[in-house]
Amino acid sequence: VMNDIITTMFNRKFMEELFKPQELYSKKALRTVYDRLAHASIMRLNQASMDKLYDLMTMAFKYQVLLCPRPRDILLVTFNHLDAIKDFISDSPGILNQVDETFRQLMETYNCLSDGEFQLIRQTLLIFFQDMHIRVSIFLKDKVQNSNGRFVLPISGPVPWGTEVPGLIRIFNHKGVEVKRAEFTTAGNYVTPQREGSFELYGDRVLKLGTNMYSVTRPVETHMSGSSKNLASQAKENIVPNPLAKEELNFLARLLGGLDIQKPAGGETGFRLNLFTTDEEEEHAAQTRPEELSYKVVNIEATQEPGRRAELSRILGELEVAEPRPGSAEKGEDLLALMDGL
Amino acid sequence: SQAAWCELPSRVLLVLTSQRGVQMYESDGSTMVFWHALDVPEHAAAHSVFARGIAAAGGRFICVGTSSGAVLVFDIPPKGTNVTLSEILEQHRDPITDIAAEQGQAPDGAGDLVTADDSGTLCLWSTGEEFTLLGKIPGSGSTCSSVTLWNGIVAAGYGNGQIRLWEAGSGRIRAQVSAHARWIYALDLAPLTGKLLSGAEDSFVHVWKLSRNLDTDDIEIQHCHAECVTDTQVCGARFCDPAGDTFAVTGYDLSEILCYGPA
Repeated sequence: VMNDIITTMFNRKFMEELFKPQELYSKKALRTVYDRLAHASIMRLNQASMDKLYDLMTMAFKYQVLLCPRPRDILLVTFNHLDAIKDFISDSPGILNQVDETFRQLMETYNCLSDGEFQLIRQTLLIFFQDMHIRVSIFLKDKVQNSNGRFVLPISGPVPWGTEVPGLIRIFNHKGVEVKRAEFTTAGNYVTPQREGSFELYGDRVLKLGTNMYSVTRPVETHMSGSSKNLASQAKENIVPNPLAKEELNFLARLLGGLDIQKPAGGETGFRLNLFTTDEEEEHAAQTRPEELSYKVVNIEATQEPGRRAELSRILGELEVAEPRPGSAEKGEDLLALMDGL
Repeated sequence: SQAAWCELPSRVLLVLTSQRGVQMYESDGSTMVFWHALDVPEHAAAHSVFARGIAAAGGRFICVGTSSGAVLVFDIPPKGTNVTLSEILEQHRDPITDIAAEQGQAPDGAGDLVTADDSGTLCLWSTGEEFTLLGKIPGSGSTCSSVTLWNGIVAAGYGNGQIRLWEAGSGRIRAQVSAHARWIYALDLAPLTGKLLSGAEDSFVHVWKLSRNLDTDDIEIQHCHAECVTDTQVCGARFCDPAGDTFAVTGYDLSEILCYGPA
């Protein structure tokens, strides 16, 4: 499943499309792309679990963007994501190559941007996430999110690289000579940072934002067939492991461990991932989801059955715009058309 | 997008900037007086185009910055809609972040307008029929996100949390403050007292006091007060009165405007 999803995500054409300078996707378009990606393997999710997964992803990403010490650190967060992804597919050189290629493209496109440009990107992202306050259990537990859904902004710890610890006032005379120093105090308790994170292909990112939220201090007991790597990466920081998350990972690993690497033949349609503790709970969640949180996306279930696929392609073919009309094309249509071909 | 009241001797206009350009409205919002569309170059897709930075200057002009680094100078008639683009100032090579006009008394030789950009470069101008560049202060690696000008003192807030005071006439640095632990979003000045307000992503709002002794030529900044807006990245901070006794604060994801005043 990991291989399939990552292969799809880092497909060359898909990436080319993403790297084109463009406006941010609409919420609807992003959710649709996400749904397609989540279904790029034999894994299936019901509406309720899909909604929950998307909520989780959205809030986690919002958290990471919001708490970046410097605007430039959103790039380090991205690199942390890629480092973790590379860990998942470290035994597949073909896919690894794709990811590395994307890494290089990111570096080429973004390493040279100014702080101001990064802040603009960050502000654009934050506007997209504005007013979203969905509570995430692992965040509430770690005291990273308040019960009202807002994130905790610490006023202690290392200052960003390039910033000084607040408190000092230096006065210069008209000749540029320092003539006076004064200090002021605040409730904050900041310290100087030790070093800057690396923006190279390999390196210590220093920043913990964007590292695996579900990493546990000891490896998961099961193993995937065809791979000796664990699902969870080594703990990068001391997060209190969320027992539910570990259970989810165990379940996933057990399922994958028992399946062939090849896609199942004939009538089997893969397995279904349920992010709730029981099927009843999932059903209930689907029915009671508040209207304002519904994503209003039509679910097109792309199964592996050959008959269904032909029918689906026919329908999608009729829906597709033959050529993107500049300015009037719905954001992300090109991307979706591309994904249909994958 | 930004919005600012521009007070001129004859009228007050509400000026809005966005990716499209500039719009100006009568102060009661009733009519749009003028709009200016930004030129979108052919290769626009690679870089976003927008207007940012608004200030009324010289009792007659409204200046608006752009993402190309150009500053548009609009000549505003005392009444009516006959606004004209009087000049385009092209001294900045990076997107404009903020513009400020002199709010006190400029000493001789100091300009009455300062413009700031993404690279941290500041330009000092003398306004008029034709604007004159009086000086340029090069940036030193950090974006200047906001700027104010009072009694010939430029107060600049930076993305690395520093506040710097520059002498407008000579372009020399007169003070450096490690003010915030994150990107400074807003600076405001109270012209009657020289109080300076700074708001940043670190959740803090600080009130400072600027002072200038014209005989000794001492320029000073003192810390007066700090407020922590818990769990909020402060995006806007403004004094509500010209003496700086009260101020208002806004933040990301905050649907309220918080007002602070003396107990």
